[in-house]
Amino acid sequence: MSTPVRPPGSDYRRQEESISLTPVDQQIAELDTPDFGETELLTINFGPHHPATHGVLRLLVTLEGEVVRDIRPYIGYVHTGIEKTAEDKPYWKAIPVVERMDYLAYYFNAYAFCGAVETLLGVDVPKRAQYLRVAHLELNRVASHLVWLGTSALDLGAISIWWYCFRDRESVLDLFEYSSGQRMHTRYIQVGGVMEDVPPGFVAKALRFCEDMPKRVDEYGAILDKNEIVLRRLRDTGTVSEEDLLALGVTGPLLRATGNPWDLRKAAPYCSYEDFDFKIPVGTVGDNYDRYRVRLAEIKESCSIAKQALLGLPEGPYITEDRKVALPPRHELATSMEALIHHFKLVTEGYRVPPGEVYHPIESPRGELACFVRSDGSSKPARVHMRDPSFVNLQAFRKMAEGSYIADLIATLAMLDPILGGIDR
Amino acid sequence: MPDAPGLELLAQEIRAEHEGSVLDTEFFRDQAAVIVAPRQVGEVLEHLRGKGFSALMSVHGLDYWPEEPRFGVQYELLDMRAVDRVAVKLRVPLDDPHVPSVTPAFPTANFQEREIFDHFGVVFDGHPDLRRIHMPEDYEGHPQRRDFPIGGEPVLFTHNEHKIPRYYQ
Repeated sequence: MSTPVRPPGSDYRRQEESISLTPVDQQIAELDTPDFGETELLTINFGPHHPATHGVLRLLVTLEGEVVRDIRPYIGYVHTGIEKTAEDKPYWKAIPVVERMDYLAYYFNAYAFCGAVETLLGVDVPKRAQYLRVAHLELNRVASHLVWLGTSALDLGAISIWWYCFRDRESVLDLFEYSSGQRMHTRYIQVGGVMEDVPPGFVAKALRFCEDMPKRVDEYGAILDKNEIVLRRLRDTGTVSEEDLLALGVTGPLLRATGNPWDLRKAAPYCSYEDFDFKIPVGTVGDNYDRYRVRLAEIKESCSIAKQALLGLPEGPYITEDRKVALPPRHELATSMEALIHHFKLVTEGYRVPPGEVYHPIESPRGELACFVRSDGSSKPARVHMRDPSFVNLQAFRKMAEGSYIADLIATLAMLDPILGGIDR
Repeated sequence: MPDAPGLELLAQEIRAEHEGSVLDTEFFRDQAAVIVAPRQVGEVLEHLRGKGFSALMSVHGLDYWPEEPRFGVQYELLDMRAVDRVAVKLRVPLDDPHVPSVTPAFPTANFQEREIFDHFGVVFDGHPDLRRIHMPEDYEGHPQRRDFPIGGEPVLFTHNEHKIPRYYQ
């Protein structure tokens, strides 16, 4: 038996002995020189494992004293090749993979992908399915914003808001569990509709949540808005003009905080959003405080949309009747030969999609989330690409935090709300 | 979306202004696209910006393997005032995967062009900082290419680290 080959660097005991501390002594001696601190730049590694980065984001920050002079984001620490994986799966099996990109907005990922495939197929989605989708999308937006509010408040040093927000997020996740059996990554949205009709009692429970949540949002707003520390750390920090944000492709609450009311739900309604009455909250100057207020107001609007969708839920099928795309109902399998064949074809090969390329944009909690799907005519997508809002918005971070204090960098990053699962995919 | 005749008019206009830039048009499922020559993509985007399509929302990379020219790069433009979208598409071959970068004109393309470079190996000439973005800097190959296999990457654990040859390099 041969001894295993030791990698270089494993004999650390010997290496340790060779370490000399003289350079450190010299550095300490240099600290006493009178002009220290005026010109010296310090580059520090912020992350990847830092709780304030909201994931595994690594920032190379160059500091002059406490002032940030340069930021370089390094990403890819949770790159899992989801787009590549999706290319190897039939369309309906790609949905759960795609859902795991932006892990706080899973309904949005699933809908962006399913919407693109529906456009390719030319499938019509029944009205009831569209309303159920809207209700779940908006509840998901509330859950996503609650996680943002809790973690952001935690970054500012307020821990109680975090408990409150996660308590309310639990109620949303309970609703998701009730309608689909899963708390996260529910795979509820299917190509052609949704997986199942909502169970009895779901509407009442969801309506009760939509009634309570706006009051709670007001309470959280009252706690934070009367807090001197929160106001001082959010007001007039991280301000970027509307033109700069547009040039950098930033969308969502960050853009709306500057006063630009760009929201795809209003501008180019999809999935029956034109049926609902809601407002687009906008800010004025585009600082961190505006970003916080816009998102807070969005939670209330989302509750209102979800309420309208649930109250106006139309009768009808919850998934398309097209048997080439959607599975036949279970009871038909015992009596109908055709249903059995369709079922067999769908779960083995999956449906084939006509060749073409489509881009399907929707408004996610962080901005324009779009799915680009190319089909080559087979039952597997030839290319799935997500235009993830976190990925694009991260480019604006340098402009937001440059020239500010390092403490404001944390607050600005929290208000940027990056989701690393979506950035790295 | 511009409708099919609107797209033809738009393409005609770009053709008249920039000789040989528009190769073809595509209208599929109500989505309009202009297919351009790779060298002139900057001019076409600038022309469309003058027409109101001022926001570059997304840049995608594609691999049409085994077809040739193999790689595709697509730009999704948005007119926020008229709420209108048009795509600009181009194709480059494997032996000359060079596209002029649009990052100087559209700063939002920075990360997205780096992503395409990383995953497909398309080189964007004139990009200020063309490095890999998702994969490690010393990674070999471009994983989103269609002929790049799925799997086969050994996962390093403490129990198998000595079995994977030269893992520490």
